[in-house]
Amino acid sequence: MTSQVSQRRKLVVVGNGMAAGRMLEDLFARAPGAYDVTIFGAEPRVNYDRIMLSPVLSGEKVYEDIVIHGDGWYAENGIDLKRGEKIVAIDRAGRTVTSSAGTVVAYDELVIATGSDPFVIPVPGNALPGVVTFRDLDDVEKMLAAAAKGGDAVVIGGGLLGLEAAAGLAQKGMKVTVVHLMPILMERQLDQNAAYLLKKAIEKRGITIETGANTTAILGDGKVEAIKLEDGRTLPADLVVMAVGIRPNAALAKSAGLAVERGIVVDDHLATSDPAISAVGECVQHRGQCYGLVAPLYEMGKVLAARLAGETGAGYAGSITSTKLKVTGVDLFSAGDFSEGDDTDEVVLRDPSRGVYKRVILRDGRIVGAVLYGDVADGSWYFDLIKKQADVSEMRETLIYGQAFQGGGAALDPVAAVAALSDDAEICGCNGVSKGTIVAAITAKGLTTLDEVRAVTKASASCGQCTAKVEAVLAATLGDAYAAASRKPMCKCTDLTHEEVRERIVAKELKSVPAVMQELGWKTSCGCPSCRPALNYYLIAAWPGEYRDDLQSRFVNERLHANIQKDGTFSVVPRMWGGLTTAAELKAIGEIAEKHQVPLVKMTGGQRVDFLGIPKERLTAIWKDLNDAGMVSGHAYSKGLRTVKTCVGKSWCRFGTQDSMGLGVKLEKLMCGSWTPAKVKLAVSGCPRNCSEATVKDIGVICVDSGYDIHIAGAAGLHVRATDLLGHVDTEEEALEVCAAVLQAYREGAVYLDRLYKWSEKVGLDTIRARIIDDLAERRALYDRFMISQRAVRKDPWAERVAGRELHEFMPLAKLDIIPAPAAE
Amino acid sequence: MTDAKQYWFDLGPLSAIPKRGARTVQVPRRDIAVFRTANDEVFALENRCPHKGGPLSEGIVHGRKVACPLHNWVIDLESGNATGADHGCARSFPIKIENERVFIDMGVAAAP
Repeated sequence: MTSQVSQRRKLVVVGNGMAAGRMLEDLFARAPGAYDVTIFGAEPRVNYDRIMLSPVLSGEKVYEDIVIHGDGWYAENGIDLKRGEKIVAIDRAGRTVTSSAGTVVAYDELVIATGSDPFVIPVPGNALPGVVTFRDLDDVEKMLAAAAKGGDAVVIGGGLLGLEAAAGLAQKGMKVTVVHLMPILMERQLDQNAAYLLKKAIEKRGITIETGANTTAILGDGKVEAIKLEDGRTLPADLVVMAVGIRPNAALAKSAGLAVERGIVVDDHLATSDPAISAVGECVQHRGQCYGLVAPLYEMGKVLAARLAGETGAGYAGSITSTKLKVTGVDLFSAGDFSEGDDTDEVVLRDPSRGVYKRVILRDGRIVGAVLYGDVADGSWYFDLIKKQADVSEMRETLIYGQAFQGGGAALDPVAAVAALSDDAEICGCNGVSKGTIVAAITAKGLTTLDEVRAVTKASASCGQCTAKVEAVLAATLGDAYAAASRKPMCKCTDLTHEEVRERIVAKELKSVPAVMQELGWKTSCGCPSCRPALNYYLIAAWPGEYRDDLQSRFVNERLHANIQKDGTFSVVPRMWGGLTTAAELKAIGEIAEKHQVPLVKMTGGQRVDFLGIPKERLTAIWKDLNDAGMVSGHAYSKGLRTVKTCVGKSWCRFGTQDSMGLGVKLEKLMCGSWTPAKVKLAVSGCPRNCSEATVKDIGVICVDSGYDIHIAGAAGLHVRATDLLGHVDTEEEALEVCAAVLQAYREGAVYLDRLYKWSEKVGLDTIRARIIDDLAERRALYDRFMISQRAVRKDPWAERVAGRELHEFMPLAKLDIIPAPAAE
Repeated sequence: MTDAKQYWFDLGPLSAIPKRGARTVQVPRRDIAVFRTANDEVFALENRCPHKGGPLSEGIVHGRKVACPLHNWVIDLESGNATGADHGCARSFPIKIENERVFIDMGVAAAP
């Protein structure tokens, strides 16, 4: 490159946004007077801060507050600003540009900074008056005008921009609904835990959030009136804001024949495929990446300014981005990469009482990502550490507490740390209990266990997050006299026991896995294979019909409604109610087994038939044939009701006292489909000779002349245990009610994976008897709750899947018998 | 092997794989499990647990690991290595996401 030329070169900039503005500022500082600058701006304004459009919408700022470069700046720097003039053509050979007004200007260097366009989803009605995007000041003015009239607003898109628009419109008095395609808000920047807190905070402002909602049409006659969702619902709307994303505006570059993919392709020095033309900002694609945040644009601007100033320096190497949501009262920060793995290590801090969630992700002793919610004071500190790739292994222990905690010589022993606290230091944030209060209670009342401290002071009695601290206070106060109780936490993700988690799910009305993990201070971001299925069950049991089953937290058998075998094939067991079948059913079973070439057909111990060796892709076809023959899933795979085994009873047997087959069928129909902590097997015997082995079942009914003896808590597996007699009832109706009440008490009280006998041993037979046999009102209430929960599961899971539900579970993503030829490069 | 031509085969949109779940891809010689984590990372492993051949695609995905459905071995999705006290490795395959679509390198996936 030749050195500075005496004659000023001509620089033409297309676009008057923030990227162009920052680049020019830098250029003027580096090489004052090197260029004659002409700017073409499509908007009739000077350069303003687009990031601050949200505060303008909410009324916290006005246009004048967000101007970056006033008229004076253009004049001082001798810039010829052509406002409202759009460039329509570039003549690369002649090195000129032509504007919409017909102006032709020659250039030595051309910079394209056309930014991006808001993406408008291609649905019918998207051009109706009242449908706006959220991109420039004109959009904000349209939104403000609509808000002045009040009414309903629908914001399509639950990302950064959409939520800011929603908050602004709500503040202006509109009734706002955010419609978001993805299951969580801001899915690009947040993990599910932070998204849960965000959703809670946004909903608190009276904004309705519909996640997983796909807009299929915008309705209205002459102006927007409603939007239609894929699930058939329509939402009223006087205003629709499209905030689903942006697209690099590369049309001009494309028509000029420059290399364009998603954006204008540039190299590390921001040069396009034509060396005389550069591009900067949201319109570019650098190393495959397009950016929509301001920091990368400024970094690009700097690099381009240096090159235009004739300096040779390091190029642009891409940006690590950070995001901050600008909604007053919602503090949210995310930066870097928050994927996790064996080579990554995460530190999570949750403070449920303050609504704080912090997660810092480390790789090789360096921070690679951070998500902060509720307390974002350290966002820039973490971001700085990410960018510098600083080694933070030394401060690993205290990293999550932020910058203020560094360099203080961390106390690593929790007991010593607690001992060092002052008496007024708060231990339990939920109930506001100080260390002094706990110590006083321990000494005055002679408390020795965590439970006693909880009962007396309420410390750690709510979310349980401070359990370890309370134990440390006990240890520090009692010294060697304190032996930690043999509490068994649910798993390594929490200090709470199963029972404590169950209690809190109900007491605090926690209705989703992220809600439980946040409010109960989970130590991992998404749990483990041990706690996830347990939480999923506890939520199903606590909120029947309301909680949406999380299939990815289920063991394969319950996800696929079949039992996995050692070779990866499955077994299929249709129900035979009470062990009864018919000639027609048996014929159908035979034909289906033959048709599908079932490798093995076997009788099970539960009086039904098992097809073994079924490949996964075959399952729905077999189920369909079984359904067509009137058979349904036998739930042989579930932690739920398996079988009710019966003997023939008084209908045939000379010793039979009651209709054991009839009662067995009724019990099976009453209970089938129910999810329980572990599998449940029943039997009904027609007399005490007990041919159906009722005394080794979870619930066993033995018919006698005077009625029915109800037995519970038997087992004949890893442990063999005979049942205990719970009580006697006179009628079949009562027998059904008692059995269902027992099952419900077990469903509500047991630890996940505990068989019924384990639960019974823990709570005591007498307690169960008092609740169910002696207390008729309680029995009735349990029965009613059982019936409510059964409403949600009454459909045959096989028939649902034959009809197409969860279809992806049964089909490979791709099946390639022959290898396809590589596509031509 | 080293100079085998790389070619990326389009397996479909990322959304076809459930978050914290997996789908399988059948190619000559093997089944491959394609996993998607909670953070939308995608990994591909031979769909056979190094322990007793269990289908890893049916396991519970947590973090960047999967628990085999047969005997609960926990396999690292990136390396295919068993974690904890267990030893063994499931073969991993090159995979990438571009424009929300998942691609597998067939040159490696279908190689012996």
